[in-house]
Amino acid sequence: MKYKLHLSCQTSALSELRTFLHGTLFEVQLNDIERHQVTLAVEEVCANLIIHSHSCNPKEKIELEILKNRKGVIIEITDQGEAFNLLDYDAPELKQVMEEKRKGGLGIILVKKIMDGIEFESKNGKNICRLIKNFPS
Amino acid sequence: MLQLEKQKKGTNDLLRLIGEVDASNSLILDQAIQELIQEGISTLLIDGSKLTYISSAGLGVFMSYLEEFKEKGISLVIFGLNDQVKEVFKILGLDKLIPLVIDQVAAEAHRHEV
Repeated sequence: MKYKLHLSCQTSALSELRTFLHGTLFEVQLNDIERHQVTLAVEEVCANLIIHSHSCNPKEKIELEILKNRKGVIIEITDQGEAFNLLDYDAPELKQVMEEKRKGGLGIILVKKIMDGIEFESKNGKNICRLIKNFPS
Repeated sequence: MLQLEKQKKGTNDLLRLIGEVDASNSLILDQAIQELIQEGISTLLIDGSKLTYISSAGLGVFMSYLEEFKEKGISLVIFGLNDQVKEVFKILGLDKLIPLVIDQVAAEAHRHEV
């Protein structure tokens, strides 16, 4: 199984992303709640890229590829903006988010709690973020 | 797509969220809550029974008002969330900060408890 999507860098494209994920993740061995969460985690990463790395420029694109193997599903998100390595950021404490009224930290907490693996590489101007969700054994 | 419906019932203000909240429309939710605060509410009941999706952008809106609600004595109760959406609140531990109850009757009852 392999699926691809090119997403325009604007927040209105996020609903298109959800529709795509809903269709492609339908085939994988995850329950409704897990599928919903994986969709959310992927959207959080993409929303971050769209807003922070691409300043919502609809001419720029993010590429998504969904791969499935025996162990789980891998979502590969590729872009050519300013590198944003999720792994460099510690997930803040909820209390901290509330007190500082920062709205950015929640997405990182969600991605780190939902996904089983996060990989990041940046080379030749391309950034690849790989999100991995293992199937329940 | 997000649609908001406001409804006044006694001293309760009810805000119904219909559809999906994401980074493209969370500002609408933010503005609606801001307006309600300016109108001077004591209780805000959020009807989430028609909410099919919420990302961190929407959750962040609720989070950003928690301190202000506490200071102003406004009680916030969310009711009717489906299992998938409720699970997202739980991942973040928001269920410990905001009462999530099953339906409007329970939400109104909860208001009297606090």
